[in-house]
Amino acid sequence: MSGGERDEITGTETTGHEWDGIRELNNPLPRWWLWTFYATVVWGIGYIILFPAWPLVSGATTGVLGWSTRGAVAAQIGAVEAAQTESWTGLLDADLAALRDDDPDLHRFAVQAGAALFRTNCSQCHGAGAAGAVGYPNLLDDDWLWGGEIEEIAHTIRHGIRNEEDPETRFSQMPGFGDFLGRDEIRSLVAHVRALPEGVDPEAGEGGMLFADNCASCHGADARGDRAIGAPDLTDAIWLYGSDAETLTRVIAKGPYGVMPGWGGRLDEAELRALAAYVHQLGGGEADERQLGAGPALNAEPG
Amino acid sequence: MTSRPSSLYAARVPIFPRRVSGFYRRLKWQIMAVTLGIYYLTPWLRWDRGPDLPDQAVLVDLANRRFYFFMVEIWSHEFYFVAGLLVMAGIGLFLFTAALGRVWCGYACPQTVWTDLFILVERWIDGDRNARLRLHAAPWSARKWRLRLTKWTVWALIGLMTGGAWVFYFTDAPTLARDLAQFSAPPVAYATILVLTATTFVFGGFMREQVCIYMCPWPRIQGAMMDEGTLTVAYRDWRGEPRGKHRKTAAAESLGDCIDCSACVNVCPMGIDIRDGQQMACITCALCIDACDEVMARTGRDRGLIDYLALSDAPREAAGAAPRPARQHVLRPRNILYAALWAGIGVALVAMLFMRADLELTVAPERNPLFVTLSDGSIRNAYDLRLRNKTGTPVDFALSLGGETGLALSVEGAAQPVVTVPADTQALARIYVTAPPGSAPATHHRSALRIWAEAADGGARASVDTSFNGKEKS
Repeated sequence: MSGGERDEITGTETTGHEWDGIRELNNPLPRWWLWTFYATVVWGIGYIILFPAWPLVSGATTGVLGWSTRGAVAAQIGAVEAAQTESWTGLLDADLAALRDDDPDLHRFAVQAGAALFRTNCSQCHGAGAAGAVGYPNLLDDDWLWGGEIEEIAHTIRHGIRNEEDPETRFSQMPGFGDFLGRDEIRSLVAHVRALPEGVDPEAGEGGMLFADNCASCHGADARGDRAIGAPDLTDAIWLYGSDAETLTRVIAKGPYGVMPGWGGRLDEAELRALAAYVHQLGGGEADERQLGAGPALNAEPG
Repeated sequence: MTSRPSSLYAARVPIFPRRVSGFYRRLKWQIMAVTLGIYYLTPWLRWDRGPDLPDQAVLVDLANRRFYFFMVEIWSHEFYFVAGLLVMAGIGLFLFTAALGRVWCGYACPQTVWTDLFILVERWIDGDRNARLRLHAAPWSARKWRLRLTKWTVWALIGLMTGGAWVFYFTDAPTLARDLAQFSAPPVAYATILVLTATTFVFGGFMREQVCIYMCPWPRIQGAMMDEGTLTVAYRDWRGEPRGKHRKTAAAESLGDCIDCSACVNVCPMGIDIRDGQQMACITCALCIDACDEVMARTGRDRGLIDYLALSDAPREAAGAAPRPARQHVLRPRNILYAALWAGIGVALVAMLFMRADLELTVAPERNPLFVTLSDGSIRNAYDLRLRNKTGTPVDFALSLGGETGLALSVEGAAQPVVTVPADTQALARIYVTAPPGSAPATHHRSALRIWAEAADGGARASVDTSFNGKEKS
């Protein structure tokens, strides 16, 4: 460096660098600044040694600490799972029907966990909002085919419906009446069933006679159904397959056979209980003493 | 002209500011006492908020997303108050810089205040400027080691107190102080104290003016905010020049008031000469004014050779006219505008602060599905409610519907439409609104609905307008 020349105007030394007659003044940087720069270089070298740094053809250098973002996430998930162990075991021992009153925190945990499980395992048929679809029951309403108490819901989830792999499954079968009844008989039965929610006497008229002979054994003389065999209440406003004449004709003639897999083999018992707790609090859950989540409408007589 | 190779890097030249007394020095001591007092003591002030809330007057509770400031409590969703305060701080700095130059740098900046404190410690231990110069030049002896170690220890203790006070703002101070002493406080507390102790020690003890000159962006920004009407520390060169030692000679008659005694340079904590004119390194601490006034008094001349003055007055004064009064420089349209903006935002923030409700209600209607048909044919809608109770006591909120009649309301999992919200927290509740079969809301695509939440003790109430989705007959 051939500096040391002094600029006449500013009185500042020059660095000796010159471009097209323009000379660079030397306003020196503080020396600690230079040391700070060296310190960052040292820090960088240390970082490269300790942490994953250099990209390679496949992967990257791992660093002597063995730390990775993937590992850090796994550790965090592991920590959360460890923290939840107590809740999961608690759920196994809990009295589900009284959980909400006994242990609100555990109930909240069960509902949150159940919601996640529902989205993964149940929403394909019952919908993300649990509102169901044609042939797949709406879980938000107050109408239950096999029972709306929390233990009944848990049993349904555990063993499934018409699940031939499980002897404890909910099972019943409505025959197809197309083989036994004539075309006109089915037509008058459809008209009769469609009129039931409007308050028609289930035993009245020709349709009533056909109903008493063919349907009442399962759906009851009053057509209010029987949860023990999953026979739906035909007097309410809720239709699993639809209430139009064409649909009802098909259902009566062929007999429906809705199935649901049993989740006992797929999910563990605590997860099943969490799912039951979630489904139970969606708006239609039933209890012995009082109706949980029930508005005045739920106490009203079905129309 | 020398031919030695010059370095591109320069070592720091140590500065040994001399003791000075006078109006501005006294003012700076007072400001130091007030600012340090506020900083160190604030976390220890108590403020009763009821049994369920912290009783620390000023507390930044990051874990619970709460900021407490005496009677004010800010939740995380009200962070705009803090944003408003930051805007006020910004405009306040514009105002002070436009009116009084780098008054923040010179009097109130933590770097200035702590450096001032560290220099005070230095003077107590090492003596004044000349003693410190001698000690600096002296070889390392037992005495020098003793003095240096004493000084560094005191600096480190001040640094420790500074870092220690900082962490007390973020959790209950007495509890944390006890935990810290028993070495059972969270590691982040110790780490924070360690970092702040180190920065205080290094910045106040060794970096000092280097922080202002090389690290801080503020001097550059302020250069753009000051103008010729700004009052700043300056040298009246028309009165001082030509400078020179006053002797009883004929030549002395032609000299100015400046006797070139270097008092202004010797007291300067930035190590500059104010007589060189305005410069970025000057933090306008005004100590040179005190130093020069002392000398002027001794030589029997008027004070104010170095003084606060506006650069626009320089030609007037040089021509023999009187300077405009300081009031005129401060009360310029620019400064009045800044002050009005600052005060306007302040008034708006205070008004908003006192108009906040203790109860807040938000409603999110369930949209998947929009409605549920129940077995009796009635139509039910679900809503997710968020109830915020900002008081220090638990509150039972009774929920009800306004406007539409014939609709029934119930709360998921509760027998009564009442939601209990613990003190200073929020609760989520799902409610159901049911329309009887065939009623107008049940058969119309959409009807208006108002949801009310009312504190059971008859206090606060809030409402949200939403809509009810019915099953339109096709």
